[in-house]
Amino acid sequence: MDWEYVAKILPLYGKAAVLTVRIGVLGIIFAMLVGLLCSVVRHMKIPVLKQLASVYIELSRNTPLLVQLFFIYYGLPKIGIKTDPETCGVVGLAFLGGSYMAEAFRSGLEAVGKIQHESALSLGLTVLQTFRYVILPQAFAISIPGITANVIFLLKETSVFSAISLMDLMFTAKDQIGLYYKTTECLVLLVVFYLLILLPVSLLGSLLERRVRYAEFGA
Amino acid sequence: MQSLGLEVLFKGKNFARLLGGLWTALQISLISIAVSMVLGTLLGILVGRKNGIGRVLMRCYLEFIHIMPQMVLLFIVFFGTAKAFGWNLSGELSSIIVFSLWGTAEMSDLVRGAVTSVPAIQYESAMALGLSRPQVFRFVILPQALRRLIPQSINLITRMIKTTSLVLMIGVVEILKVGQQIIEANRKSSPNAAFGVYLTIFLLYFLLCWPVSLLARRLEKRWG
Repeated sequence: MDWEYVAKILPLYGKAAVLTVRIGVLGIIFAMLVGLLCSVVRHMKIPVLKQLASVYIELSRNTPLLVQLFFIYYGLPKIGIKTDPETCGVVGLAFLGGSYMAEAFRSGLEAVGKIQHESALSLGLTVLQTFRYVILPQAFAISIPGITANVIFLLKETSVFSAISLMDLMFTAKDQIGLYYKTTECLVLLVVFYLLILLPVSLLGSLLERRVRYAEFGA
Repeated sequence: MQSLGLEVLFKGKNFARLLGGLWTALQISLISIAVSMVLGTLLGILVGRKNGIGRVLMRCYLEFIHIMPQMVLLFIVFFGTAKAFGWNLSGELSSIIVFSLWGTAEMSDLVRGAVTSVPAIQYESAMALGLSRPQVFRFVILPQALRRLIPQSINLITRMIKTTSLVLMIGVVEILKVGQQIIEANRKSSPNAAFGVYLTIFLLYFLLCWPVSLLARRLEKRWG
C-alpha cells in the first residue's frame, strides 16, 4: 500500500461517495413514492391505473438497471427527451426501485387483516380515513424488512451509474486505476467506502426491524 | 415523423448480432447459475451446522458478498487479481467466478431459509412417529422446504440473468456492447439508432426474464 497516494486520492473518493449517496437517497425517495402510488392504486383496484401500474411493475422488474439507464440516457434524447447524468441516475433508480417498493408495500397491505378494514368502517371512518389511519400504518410496519432490503439493493445498484459517466465511486476507482495503475489501493478504498455507506444501513435495518414489530395483531 | 432508428436492426445481420450478444451474456449466467445452485445448496445445508471457525469464515464470506455491489466484486476479480497475483483472467472467466460466488451466497441463504422455515414441530412429530433422521429429512422436511425453495431459486435465476448485463463494464462483448457497435457503425445513416437499438435490448431482456418470473409467481401461488 502506498499511503501517500491513498491520502492524495482520499478527497476524490469522498466527493464520489457523497455523489453516490446523494443520488442513491434521491432515487430511493422517488422509488418509495412511485411504489406507494402503485401499491395504493392496485390495492384500491382503480381501473386503467391498476393495469398501467401492473405493466410498469413487470417492465421494471424484468429488465436490468444498466439497460434501463442506457435507454434513458442514450435512447430517449433521440426522441427529444434529454437528461443530464445525475437526473438520469435518479430517474433510473426510481424506475427500477418503484416496482420493488410497490411489491414490498403490497405484501404489507395484504398482511393487514380484513377485520381491521371492516372494524374501521363500522366505526364510521370513511374509506380514506380507514386507509390513512388504520391500514397504512400497520402495512408500513409489516413492510419494513422488505423496504430495508430494497434500500440496500438500490444503494448497491448505484454502482452501475459509472456507465453513464457519473463520477461515482466505481467511476473514480476505474479512472484512478487507468491513470496510475495503483490497482490495490484503489480497490481497497472502493471496498472501504462502500462498506462505510452500506454497513450502517444494513445495521440500522435490522435494528428497525426489531423495533416496529408492533403491527402483528388482527392479521 | 422522426425516425426511431429501428431500421438499423433490419440492416445486414444486425439483429442476429444482437441476439448473439444476448447469448454471450446468457451463457455466462447459465454457467454461474448451475455452479451456484449446486454449491449454494451444499453450503446452505452445511452453514446451519454448528462448527466454530468454519462457521465464522462462512458468515464473513456471505456478509461480504451480500453487502458489496456485484460491480465491485467484478473489479476486484478482474483488475485486482491481475495486479496481486499476475493472473490474466478474461472478462468472461472473471464474470463467471464473480457471479458464481455471488449466486452461491444467495442460494445458500435461500436454502437455509427454506430449511429453517419448516416448523420444529414437524421434526418432533416425525421423530415421535419413529422415523429415522434420514427418513425425517427425506419424507417430511425436504418436500416442505422445496415448495418454498423452488419459486425463490427461480427468482434468483432471473436476478442473475439481469445482473450479467454488468459484464459490459469489464470488456465482455455482450448485447449492450454489440448495440453500441451497431449504433457507432450507423452513426451517419441512422442518427437515431440509439433509441431503436436500446429499446430492442430492453424488450429482449424483458422477453427473456418475464416468462421465468411468471413461472416463479405461479409456483409460489400454488404452493404458498
